[in-house]
Amino acid sequence: MELAMASAIGILTAAGVYLLLRARSFDVILGLTLLSYATNLLIFAGGRLVAGKPPVLRDGVAADLANYTDPLPQALVLTAIVIAFAMTAVSIVVAIRSRADNDSDHVDGRRAEREFLRAERRRHEEAREEARAAAQAEAEAERTGDRP
Amino acid sequence: MSHLPVLPILIPLFAAALALFFENRRFGMAPQRVVAWTSMAAMLGVSVALAVEASSGRIPVYLVGDWPARLGIALMVDRLAALMLLVGQLLGAATLLHACAGWDRRAPHFHALFQFQMMGLNGAFLTGDVFNLFVFFEVLLIASYGLMLSGGRGERIRAGMHYVVFNIAASTLFLIALGLLYGLLGTLNMAEMAVRVAQAPPQDLALIQSAAGLLLVVFCAKAALLPLYFWLPETYTHAPAAVAGLFAVMTKVGLYAVLRVATLSFGAAGALDGFAWPALLALGGASLLLASLGVLAAQRLRSLAAYLVLGSAATLFIAFALATTGTIAAGLYYLVHSTFAGAALFLLADLIRRRRGSAGDRKDLVAALPRRLVPGVLFLVAAVSLAGLPPLSGFIGKLLLLEAVPAGSRTLWVWALVLGSSFLMLVGLARAGTRLFWRVEPWPDASPERLAEYTPVDAMKAAPSRPLETAATVLLLGYGIVMVVAAAPLLDYTRAAAAQLQSPGDYVQQVRAATPHLREP
Repeated sequence: MELAMASAIGILTAAGVYLLLRARSFDVILGLTLLSYATNLLIFAGGRLVAGKPPVLRDGVAADLANYTDPLPQALVLTAIVIAFAMTAVSIVVAIRSRADNDSDHVDGRRAEREFLRAERRRHEEAREEARAAAQAEAEAERTGDRP
Repeated sequence: MSHLPVLPILIPLFAAALALFFENRRFGMAPQRVVAWTSMAAMLGVSVALAVEASSGRIPVYLVGDWPARLGIALMVDRLAALMLLVGQLLGAATLLHACAGWDRRAPHFHALFQFQMMGLNGAFLTGDVFNLFVFFEVLLIASYGLMLSGGRGERIRAGMHYVVFNIAASTLFLIALGLLYGLLGTLNMAEMAVRVAQAPPQDLALIQSAAGLLLVVFCAKAALLPLYFWLPETYTHAPAAVAGLFAVMTKVGLYAVLRVATLSFGAAGALDGFAWPALLALGGASLLLASLGVLAAQRLRSLAAYLVLGSAATLFIAFALATTGTIAAGLYYLVHSTFAGAALFLLADLIRRRRGSAGDRKDLVAALPRRLVPGVLFLVAAVSLAGLPPLSGFIGKLLLLEAVPAGSRTLWVWALVLGSSFLMLVGLARAGTRLFWRVEPWPDASPERLAEYTPVDAMKAAPSRPLETAATVLLLGYGIVMVVAAAPLLDYTRAAAAQLQSPGDYVQQVRAATPHLREP
């Protein structure tokens, strides 16, 4: 059980960090959302993972952790979920407004996007030049019969 | 039991709800402003009462919901919390005065967001529970997003996007640290954590240190310590003037959290005593150097003000990381000074910007500056104070810090860093002043392109005069002058506060002595 929980937290954190570092605002917001899922699981695990123990006291049963699971991490995680939800809503609204005002959903704005597209276009042209040169070389080899 | 400690949280909460109810289009601005100022006056009164009570040395502990402190949320009002509370109200009053000159009409729901901001600030200073500290951080952050972006467009939204994403990531780290700490220690009450750390088995210490380090990273991100400060200059440069002025206290919240957690939860002469202080000292020094270079390099007056806020936060990191009663006392005095002076420069940048027409506050552009006597004098006072020159409060703060640095191998380079950075900031401020106030005509041999950029004063549309904005700036600079006149009692208070922080046992005893009145645990 601990291994599955730790693996889930690790995978969510890795995916969240990867998305957080991307250049488009929607990817960044998705990354923050995955990170908040990982954090919620971690807080929940802070009270230790148990099966079959209730968090609410019952009459006649001693009030200690041998009989109950710790209810406080569950309360903390509810607060964290609500706050993460509100923060996601705020970041989506800001991203939509930023895209409308700056005509781009690049996290650094329109100028950064223009530079990015220019670099992308340059990479595409270089790739096409290489492909064209390779094709010409192959045609030349075909014509002169250099093949063994 | 007095309910005084919870009032700084409840008063702005109700005021924000009332301000939302009195919507501008239906009721006009007057009811909102009445609500805002009534709330501000009430909060100021409560803060003064709490500061007077804290001066006696007692630590009132208020159990929210009457739960025991180890299970519920406890509010603590020691000397440090009362000082921060009072600084927050005084700063809030000045920035509210500036905003009432007209910005609150343009920005939707400004007064509601402002009250929520005050609620988050007050709660962060009062709470004795780390998870509740997280909640109040979120309250003040969400309000700050609204304040910064309300009424904005274009570049402000882009800077706001960075601000929002960075702080959400920092809050996620905060929660990770809290989850680990609760799993290891079984409590999130600041005072109780000290007891649990002292009792922790040796095999848990490495993980406790990791979680504590993560917590400090979060607070350092809030306080804009290297390398986590890149968000601050852009955000503060694009924020509205009143909001940027209020944000001057936001880095102080992070510093307060570092000081509180490091001295109380991890400082009980246990395994974590002095944890991370050497790293914070080194990073504070590096931050101070980079902030000084930023002051020299800034093209806008508001960017220069933002880097000065960074520099003051770095100086405070040095003061707190040296961890002696003298340096912490000097740091607390300097904290109060730099909050007011930094906010004053943001408001002043707005005064200058509106007078200079299209040149704004850019000091690389030559522009006429009509009616420049009042902003010139105010700039001179702010610059002298921020650079740390006598006779104003910045000089007293830095002098006390240099005096209090403990003898040893660090003395030389702490002195060199503080004095060197003061010199660089002085050069930056002096150059800004000469360019903004003295170079108001283009050079005789200026190129046609330069002449085309220039707007003569008689062709410049006069910016509307707003006495409230000038009054707010004068009020903030007046705080600094009062700090000089009343330096002795204020320093007595900060020394007592620093001594109190160095005795975490008193907090633990006080928190444990606070018992529910109505409920059996």
